[in-house]
Amino acid sequence: MKRKIALLGAAAAVALIPASAMAERGSSGHVSIIYWQAPSILNPYLSGGTKDVDSANIILEPLARYDEEGMLVPWLAEEIPTVENGGVSEDLTSITWRLREGLVWSDGTPVTSADAVFSAEYCMHPEGGCASLRYFNDVESVEALDELTIRINFSVPKPVPYSVFVGPYTPIIQAAQFAECLGARAPECTEANFYPIGTGPFVVTDFRPNDVIQLEANQNYRDPNQPAFATMTFRGGGDATSAARAVMETGEMDYAWNLQLAPDVIAEIARGGRGQPIVAFGTLVERIEINMTDPSPDLPADIRSTREAPHPILTDIRVREALSRAIDRELLVEIGYGPTGEAACNLVPNPPIFRSTANDNCLEQDQDRARELLEEAGWTPGADGIRVNADGQRLVLDYLTSTNAVRQDFQALIQQWWREIGVEANLRNVSASVFFGGDPGSPDTFQKFYADVEMYANNFAGTDPEQYLGAYRCGLEPRPATQWQGENINRFCDERYDALHRELAQTADLEERARIGRELNDILMQEYVIIPLVSRGRVSAHANNLGGVRLNTWDTEMWNVHEWYRAE
Amino acid sequence: MFNYTLRRLLLAIPTLLFIALVIFLLLELSPGDPLADMPLTIPPEVRQSMRLALGLGEAWYIRFYKWLYMFAVIEPSHVLANMTGWNVALEGQRILSWQTRSPVADIIAQRLPQTLWVVGLSYLLGILLAVPIGVYSAYRQYSWFDQTGSFVSMVGFSLPTFFTGPLLMLIFAVWLGWFPIIYDTTLVVNSWESFLKQLRQMAMPVFVLTLYNAAQISRFMRASMLDNLNQDYVRTARAKGMTERVVVNVHVLRNSLIPVVTVIALGIPTIFTGAIITETIFRVNGLGQLLITAIYASDIPMVLTLSVVFAILIVLFNLIADLLYAILDPRIRYD
Repeated sequence: MKRKIALLGAAAAVALIPASAMAERGSSGHVSIIYWQAPSILNPYLSGGTKDVDSANIILEPLARYDEEGMLVPWLAEEIPTVENGGVSEDLTSITWRLREGLVWSDGTPVTSADAVFSAEYCMHPEGGCASLRYFNDVESVEALDELTIRINFSVPKPVPYSVFVGPYTPIIQAAQFAECLGARAPECTEANFYPIGTGPFVVTDFRPNDVIQLEANQNYRDPNQPAFATMTFRGGGDATSAARAVMETGEMDYAWNLQLAPDVIAEIARGGRGQPIVAFGTLVERIEINMTDPSPDLPADIRSTREAPHPILTDIRVREALSRAIDRELLVEIGYGPTGEAACNLVPNPPIFRSTANDNCLEQDQDRARELLEEAGWTPGADGIRVNADGQRLVLDYLTSTNAVRQDFQALIQQWWREIGVEANLRNVSASVFFGGDPGSPDTFQKFYADVEMYANNFAGTDPEQYLGAYRCGLEPRPATQWQGENINRFCDERYDALHRELAQTADLEERARIGRELNDILMQEYVIIPLVSRGRVSAHANNLGGVRLNTWDTEMWNVHEWYRAE
Repeated sequence: MFNYTLRRLLLAIPTLLFIALVIFLLLELSPGDPLADMPLTIPPEVRQSMRLALGLGEAWYIRFYKWLYMFAVIEPSHVLANMTGWNVALEGQRILSWQTRSPVADIIAQRLPQTLWVVGLSYLLGILLAVPIGVYSAYRQYSWFDQTGSFVSMVGFSLPTFFTGPLLMLIFAVWLGWFPIIYDTTLVVNSWESFLKQLRQMAMPVFVLTLYNAAQISRFMRASMLDNLNQDYVRTARAKGMTERVVVNVHVLRNSLIPVVTVIALGIPTIFTGAIITETIFRVNGLGQLLITAIYASDIPMVLTLSVVFAILIVLFNLIADLLYAILDPRIRYD
């Protein structure tokens, strides 16, 4: 029976492919996309904001991308270089890419290795303020070996050399167009930043910053039958609700991006019947970070929330574990995210190969165990139910997050659960632009962490968590000496963790990397310095008659826009 | 009158300089970061170099001076060049928005038509509706017309546009399907059909704003008419045997218009500031939406430039309102 279904499926797939592949370029007419954040610029090197990178990737393309499974696929390159096929040197210090033959820019001129060399020079220019600079870490030089071959040399062995020109943040830009735009002159090139010449399926005809982009099919696109759409409107602004309505209720739009709405709202709008929501899970995890240092306002400013002042309560692992055990993650998912969330017990929930199963006991709320742990740690219930220790100190925590309806719901629920185990939480929320703003003068940034616990979501780009996990090494914590910049938000420091991370940085084999990655994740989880709550999926919506959409969390949502077509 | 105008205009210069400085310092002191919108995956060192590339490395007074020079000298020359086609644009760095890295003045020019169409039209319609309603309500005080007018004004006044907007959208766009949810800023009106399309997409935002404007102005008109209707000169006019039409429409109306014209003139700058909420709800990407997104993104050059342009308009229309006083009321003389 199963085999029969499989066969039918295969037959259906075979029957479907020609239908879309045979469509001629431009035969599907017009497609409208709506992003409720409007694109400001079409140069990913100068922005880094999702709305800008996504829209720019319709026009500009990298050498290789990640598909919806998180696997690398060659894009402008002929194949993915590996040690086996000789593309990556034995000592892991260089990678050699070869461009496809016959590639041309939308203006008809050939794409050559010189364009790639220029793109690297453009981003690595010290005065350019390039947003994608991190992808060029440890790059010593980028050289053109011949018309189509590019070699990237690294100053250190790179077990994962797929950073430069891989994924949406580092596309190839045309050297001829951007030649005058290097360094400090980059922002002055408005024409080039608004109308980049690319290799992608569409070409910009009109760009209105923070409003709308109009595009038409690239007549020089490498596949003569693609894209199926002749023209495209990429509209921005408004809010997620009306964007969802425009696709699923009124049918004005074909595709709406990132519908962060309450689950019942999406379900209600989807009843409109003209479109459907789609969900995919990536690496975004809503979590509570625990401050290992003392945020007390009584401390001098240069010591407060730094490693010099260990937290009086939270340095005890039993308290941290109790805080985690008291939480019912399934309920959080149900209330805040519905089908677009999953209970999370790991910092690295995806890709599947990096997902650990060692922490799954967090799925079960266990308040008895939480109370037991607090008793062991010397916290006994006081008169009002809030625990006190032998010195008479009350178990009160400041709980900070950014202003956002779902986060405030979460705060209230978690406050309630913590109260049930005898922990009082003082809730506080600050505007997202301040919280994530990183202004060293503000006391309310998430880096400064003037609170005992704080909640936000973070993720990593691409499919490899090495850099992401590296944030929790000693010495990377925000502190006055670094103007409160730094990625080790909870100020965790463990020699064992650092040693293991160094091992990861020297391992090339994927299986082995995954094992070490899981182990690093497990250390953080079992030390309870991070309390993961919900793995957040990305939800978008497309019209019922828009075909070819494959929602991808490893690249931009526009990654396969050349394959989209109008279904009958 | 001329001397007075000149004196006021000269006095406006230090005022505006002071306003610009205060806005600049407020933005400077306020928390927020132009890079806050960037994903957390961008490491701090990269953020720092991006900040330097935006010019944030210099002292505040240097940045303020640079902005002032560009605003007062470079930008006007470009605007003039664009409007007249003369080749008068000066060389030099223009005010660049941090979000788009493109000249602020060009974006403002691009947004102005949307705002004038929607907000300007609703202001005009509001006045055209409000004046007759106000006059008739006052003339027939406590009649059913007056009561209904008061009720509608109160509704228009007290219901915020962020409530009426989505409500109208739900009824007229989602349920009835008469109007589109999304305002198409790229629509070119060049035929009867596209004109109808423009009317349909403007209908909801214009209605929401007209209701609000009409409610406000009709209340002023009514109150001012009531003040005048009991004056002695009205009795005199009637005693002289003038018709009610002449009494009301000529004598009372002209006198009652004096305070209302001031209110209307002072309200005109708000057309340019756009209607932030209504524009955002209906996706009329005009000046209001531009300002609010710039504020969210901590795009200081954009916020500063827009705010100072608004300040100039407000100072200017204050002067115009004062001059209108003198024209409408012969008793007022400035020289």
